[in-house]
Amino acid sequence: MATRTVVPFGPQHPVLPEPIHLDLVLEDEKVVQAIPSIGFIHRGLEKLVEKKDFLEMTYVAERICGICSFIHGQAYCQAVETVMKIDVPERALYLRTIWGEMSRIHSHLLWLGLFADGFGFESLFMHSWRVREKLLDIIEETTGGRVIFGTAKVGGVRRDIENLTLKRIEGELKTIEKMSREMTDVFKNDASVKRRTVGIGVLSKEDAIALGAVGPTLRGSGVAQDMRKLGYAAYPNISWEPVVETGCDCYARCMVRCREVHESFSMIYQAIAKIPDGPVDVKVTGAPSGEYFARVEQPRGEVIYYVKGNGSKNLERFRVRTPTFANVPPLVKMLGGCELADVPVIVLSIDPCISCTER
Amino acid sequence: MMVHAEEQSLETVDTGVLVQKAARMKADGWRLVQISCLAKDAYEITYTFDKDYACAHVRVRLPLDAPELPSITGEYFAAFTYENELHDLFGITVKGLALDFGGKFYKLSVPTPFAPKPQQPAK
Repeated sequence: MATRTVVPFGPQHPVLPEPIHLDLVLEDEKVVQAIPSIGFIHRGLEKLVEKKDFLEMTYVAERICGICSFIHGQAYCQAVETVMKIDVPERALYLRTIWGEMSRIHSHLLWLGLFADGFGFESLFMHSWRVREKLLDIIEETTGGRVIFGTAKVGGVRRDIENLTLKRIEGELKTIEKMSREMTDVFKNDASVKRRTVGIGVLSKEDAIALGAVGPTLRGSGVAQDMRKLGYAAYPNISWEPVVETGCDCYARCMVRCREVHESFSMIYQAIAKIPDGPVDVKVTGAPSGEYFARVEQPRGEVIYYVKGNGSKNLERFRVRTPTFANVPPLVKMLGGCELADVPVIVLSIDPCISCTER
Repeated sequence: MMVHAEEQSLETVDTGVLVQKAARMKADGWRLVQISCLAKDAYEITYTFDKDYACAHVRVRLPLDAPELPSITGEYFAAFTYENELHDLFGITVKGLALDFGGKFYKLSVPTPFAPKPQQPAK
């Protein structure tokens, strides 16, 4: 048996914008075991329900993550609205869909850049983020913020987007889509990208299900599950199908995200074409009494928002299970048997968001 | 237009049959979605499972004093993250954990911050 060495990976590492630690047990250059460690920056945001009322908690939910901020707020609002049986105006549901998909595109573009950076393709990294900046300009114009949207609200949304503005934005989005397609073609076809990702970090379909994988990590292993199919917001009125790849490796997970970018553009165009006129929120009276687990699809996968209220302004319990938290056990599986040099690419392939995980 | 509310089942079971229940869910092809805890007059631990978009919750209740739970990591290895979290945040002892961080899963300045605080005696 070869000599075993334990190499610490993280919490500070060039490919990690946020802290996660792995103890990598190596035999020569091969990883035989990976032991994860998180909790370096646990914020205890769930505990804030004791101090913030259920309406203020929307702001807390939006700040759990700086990338998928809007969908966190949306998921929280959906949980509270279900408990309180609030009828949300249809226009608000379409606006949630439009902002949610913009959020998904900018998250995936950010990840594509980080992924390219992870295997040393610096010009592709810069190109991804250049395209993303143009989308952030639209987000800033329509919400006032570039990453924290601040538009989710129990009972609807805080802002409307005029129909004329929506039409103009559609034109701008088509330009951004063209640029993003040119870029995703590089991820799809470039030999150097394939050399670093094909057959690397394999997670079989059976393991993905058994280990509770979610989002592109699950769909990259051939499982067609996407929580948007549950039928919340305006998704039941939009034509789309979950993006699935069967390669089960880093390349497959990358391709899922590339194709999801294209599909999100299509969803936004459909939502703009179908959005009805009308109010964007309703007045909320009373306080939540009851419990509900809301499941929503974030860029990184299924997020769970559990709320339990007792009729007072402060919830009894506010619980968030983020996608990265669910994807840690599958990551451990992917790392078993890989080469040490591939560890950064495999870790990045789950699109780890430690800010979410350390809610 | 009503916000979409999905059908979700909830079954409360005894702690003694929890592992058997998890084994049955695993054998039937259910994915472990999450484990959460509510600490009020008792610990209420909810296990959520998914199969083809169907959502099922299994709940157990534990007393506030010396709470102890069997691990389901033998059935669902991915439960180790949630069960270490139950230990570190709520102070619940989980027996038979496949990957036990021994209270070091989270780096906390306050031990078991989510556990109910003991009542202060009236002065």
